[in-house]
Amino acid sequence: MRSMKAVYTIWLRDVLRFMRERSRIVGTLAQPLLYLLIVGTGLSAAFRLPQAPEGFSYLQFMYPGILGMSVLFTSVFSGLSIVWDREFGFLKEVLVAPVPRWSVAVGKALGGSTVAMIQGAVLLLLAPLVGISLTFITILKVFLVLFIIAFSLTSLGITIASRMESMEGFQMIMNFLVMPLFFLSGALFPLKGVAPWMETLMKIDPLTYGVDALRNIIFANNDQGRLFVNFSLSLDLTVICLMALVFIFLGARAFNRQE
Amino acid sequence: MRDLVRKYKDFLAVKGVTFDVPEGEIFGFLGPNGAGKSTTIQILATLLKPTEGTAVVNGFDIRNEPDKVRQSIGLVFQDPSLDERLTARENLYFHAMLYNVETTIMKKRMAEVLEMVELADRQKDQVKTFSGGMRRRLEIARGLVHYPKVLFLDEPTVGLDPQTRKRIWEYIHYLRDKEGLTIFLTTHYMDEAENCQRIAVIDHGEIVALDTPENLKSVIGGDVIKISTDNNEEVLPVIKNRLQVKAEKQGDYIAIQVEKGEIFIPRLAVELKGRINSMVIKKPSLDDVFLHLTGREIREEGVNAVDRMRVYSKRKH
Repeated sequence: MRSMKAVYTIWLRDVLRFMRERSRIVGTLAQPLLYLLIVGTGLSAAFRLPQAPEGFSYLQFMYPGILGMSVLFTSVFSGLSIVWDREFGFLKEVLVAPVPRWSVAVGKALGGSTVAMIQGAVLLLLAPLVGISLTFITILKVFLVLFIIAFSLTSLGITIASRMESMEGFQMIMNFLVMPLFFLSGALFPLKGVAPWMETLMKIDPLTYGVDALRNIIFANNDQGRLFVNFSLSLDLTVICLMALVFIFLGARAFNRQE
Repeated sequence: MRDLVRKYKDFLAVKGVTFDVPEGEIFGFLGPNGAGKSTTIQILATLLKPTEGTAVVNGFDIRNEPDKVRQSIGLVFQDPSLDERLTARENLYFHAMLYNVETTIMKKRMAEVLEMVELADRQKDQVKTFSGGMRRRLEIARGLVHYPKVLFLDEPTVGLDPQTRKRIWEYIHYLRDKEGLTIFLTTHYMDEAENCQRIAVIDHGEIVALDTPENLKSVIGGDVIKISTDNNEEVLPVIKNRLQVKAEKQGDYIAIQVEKGEIFIPRLAVELKGRINSMVIKKPSLDDVFLHLTGREIREEGVNAVDRMRVYSKRKH
């Protein structure tokens, strides 16, 4: 009961803070829009997807990937924000409270997921714009998948943050972890047809399964889109659920060691 | 009856410290930066584990019952720990939630502590708009929301202006009187330590003295007269032999210990006719006590040690 209260408190704080930072809201929404509208539109004009059927645009292919990307960036960033909490002292106040440490980690992970899903919700509003129609049930399923991805990636951020001394390492994490996770996830180009070494890397990237799950759901009734789905939905879900469990476990453990 | 006893021994920065604090006392930990004051507080607050030994806070053992210890203490850190993006009220609310304060009591208690630190009218403002003194007051209020039995204050007045410092001391006394709190604080300000009922002087991780400010000062034995002369080396033996008082060189001064300074000064002036450049008479302060106990002035290593510690503690986390 008490732990639940702590989880709720930490979650509420993150959401409140997000709501209060106008610039952060604008920033997190602008980034996927840039990708979708500029990169997506530009690339779809420049080339056609290999084996792409008529009437299926690159933009449509990319749309689930952009959902995954925005969740990736937002959640990792939310997890890393613990470094700031530590810098500005608030983390101390939380760590000295008589609540189990894991509840702090879980609250934080849920907070990051909520923020990421708010962003996802805005992107879902744009679906008609790229020629994708979604049913209510589809949207619910997408939300569920986004939540699992966001929860695990925020936990990953928390795990990393517990080993970071300051935000100076932020760029390194962007370059060596977040961007590779994104590029290799199949968000921008399909897994089929790339060099074998790259295919292996892409199959190792857990986010690949997240993006694939999104395509599975969004293109459920779209035969053209289904051509770009690589795995079964159940495999995708198994992988991302496992990822969530592993990362929240690591995150909670990292928190336990904090002093 | 509750027997409040705190003991613990040995930590790298703190070497075998043992002491008891009775309920309702204002107990001060006095020492230069880096002496082990904050470390001790962190151990008592269960933020750090002692290497050896243990302590009992509010009847709970810090090793075996850390959650019960945490629930019974309020903690005001040396460095700020508020969420600047949240309002004063939200900061208190989150604290109350984390400490499981019942919803029915919470509202009343939050209003009460805000009133106490005179921030009720600012409760809906974000903390980032607050001055240093207001933040510190809010932190004290926050530390009280969950009805702690013991309040730990780590350097509560550092970096604050004199009026605010005075106000904070008024709160501290008020809390002891009205809420029956036991208050445990650290400071490196000698003048402030005099507000405590008892003081432990700590240096290099060891308690070198523990008593009331009055008793500590009486150790010095009377007043100190500091003079500078045209030639301290020559004058020192003169003072010692002719006037039969205790005197020693302290930097550019000669420090003379006498029982009543104002009676001694005329004799001194006559004896050292024309040789005295300047003269100061000092009633004993805790500065002198510290100097007497450790052979150093507390301020000497002040600034550098602060910087060093700050950098160190930032790195460490």
